[in-house]
Amino acid sequence: MLCDNCKERDAIINLTQVEHDSKVTLHLCEQCAQQKGVETGGAVLKSPLGNFLGAVVKGGGTAGALVPASGDALRCPACGSTLRDFRDSGRLGCDRCYVSFDTHLRDLLRRLHGSSQHVGERYAAPDAGAPDADGQLVELKEQLRRAVENENFELAADLRDRIRVLE
Amino acid sequence: MIDLTLLPDGGMHWLDASGPKGHIVLSTRIRLARNIHGFAFSQRAGDEDRLAVLERVQQAAAATPIAGGVTFRMDQLERLDRQVLHERHLVSKELAALEGESRPRVGAALVLQGPTGVMVNEEDHLRIQGMWSGFALEEAYAQLEAIDAELGRRLPFAFHPEFGYLTSCPTNAGTGLRASVLIHLPGLVLTKEIRKVLEGLTQVGLTFRGLYGEGSDVVGNFFQLSNQTTLGKSEDELLDHLGKIVRQVIEYEEQSRDVLLRTAAGTVEDKVWRAYGLLKYARSLSFEETMNLLSGVRLGAGLNLIPGLSVYTLNKLLIYTQPAHLAALEGRSLGDPELQLARANYVRRLLETEGG
Repeated sequence: MLCDNCKERDAIINLTQVEHDSKVTLHLCEQCAQQKGVETGGAVLKSPLGNFLGAVVKGGGTAGALVPASGDALRCPACGSTLRDFRDSGRLGCDRCYVSFDTHLRDLLRRLHGSSQHVGERYAAPDAGAPDADGQLVELKEQLRRAVENENFELAADLRDRIRVLE
Repeated sequence: MIDLTLLPDGGMHWLDASGPKGHIVLSTRIRLARNIHGFAFSQRAGDEDRLAVLERVQQAAAATPIAGGVTFRMDQLERLDRQVLHERHLVSKELAALEGESRPRVGAALVLQGPTGVMVNEEDHLRIQGMWSGFALEEAYAQLEAIDAELGRRLPFAFHPEFGYLTSCPTNAGTGLRASVLIHLPGLVLTKEIRKVLEGLTQVGLTFRGLYGEGSDVVGNFFQLSNQTTLGKSEDELLDHLGKIVRQVIEYEEQSRDVLLRTAAGTVEDKVWRAYGLLKYARSLSFEETMNLLSGVRLGAGLNLIPGLSVYTLNKLLIYTQPAHLAALEGRSLGDPELQLARANYVRRLLETEGG
């Protein structure tokens, strides 16, 4: 197979990249692969124990770079940072950013971790006592969203009833 | 200059190599990333907020297993002192501001008590962390979990029902847990099996780094294996998975060492003793050369080829031959040729007294 990039030399490397949620596989020759920042066998062998992950695909930048630019203007009302700031620095401004940029971050978390659903230890902040009605609503709505996503309609119906009562 | 000699083993209990599989696994390290609700994350927060965060952490810590710990304020320490703490794996490069000419953030601190501690105002408000000798994931997590629970009772941690613990960088969200095992794999390197093993690791969701964590190169055949993701799996699942894979890697390493001894005992023995000879008699040693020689000698110690040489001594050499430690020892900053002389001196002296 010829290299997808120069169309001259034989392709010896398959480079799979994820762009906008779709997988693109490029077949590249050694030279073109190196230009794209992929270290090939020869280079890897010279420093066999170099940062292997880094050697697979270089220049990935921060996690922020994985967020599409379309939401750049979104601003977190709590700390004032924008989604653009996050794309540039890879760091969020405050914990409220997770709510302010909810959709973008859910998508990003899924790409980074394969899931956006925390299944580890549950935490209740001190002095919060029993979660207030608002907190319960947020939690129940979240559970509802997941139930629908997992096509667990029986649970979803039950959750919807409980949400109605609280509302 | 801070006096780290006041701390038992200078804050490095793990050096004594008393933990399980100590001849292959140097240390187990876990950290939990936490933030306090109501404050912007450290990078965005102002000085006052960061100082308030530090004060709250110190107050809360007084009621936890890390009560009575020592606080090191990065913004009040000289660069050399910060570098020493970094070389001991007690603070990150970011907290110690060792990149370029940057200054530590106001309020950036390390609270240290025994093998555990908290980095305050790093990328996240709290990085609850600890380092233990050998392969000890369960013990390590049990201790950190206790500290985390006590701190969480006194500080309102930022937590979201779907995303879990909220962190400055989404790569740490969820459990906020990163566990890593620092492991020495000369057998796999010499038998050229290492690439297969490392490739395998990345396929099962683990990652590897060099001696100093993120972004550092691998030297002396020391690898840090750790979980790549922090969300979507429980703490126990993450630790179980890492543990299982590390056990397998240890097994592979032991097998490679057996193969080496069976098929090339003479060559291995020669390599080990040459490394030992160079360390014992060289008059000038670069850091990288020292790491590589120590790797050879450590392999020899693990195979019982060098009687009387303990892994504890080798661990000390690993830490105390680093640039800031040598500079601290000499009481002045050292340029390159001097540094290499000082290193060779130190190694020689220690091997004379503890070298078996």
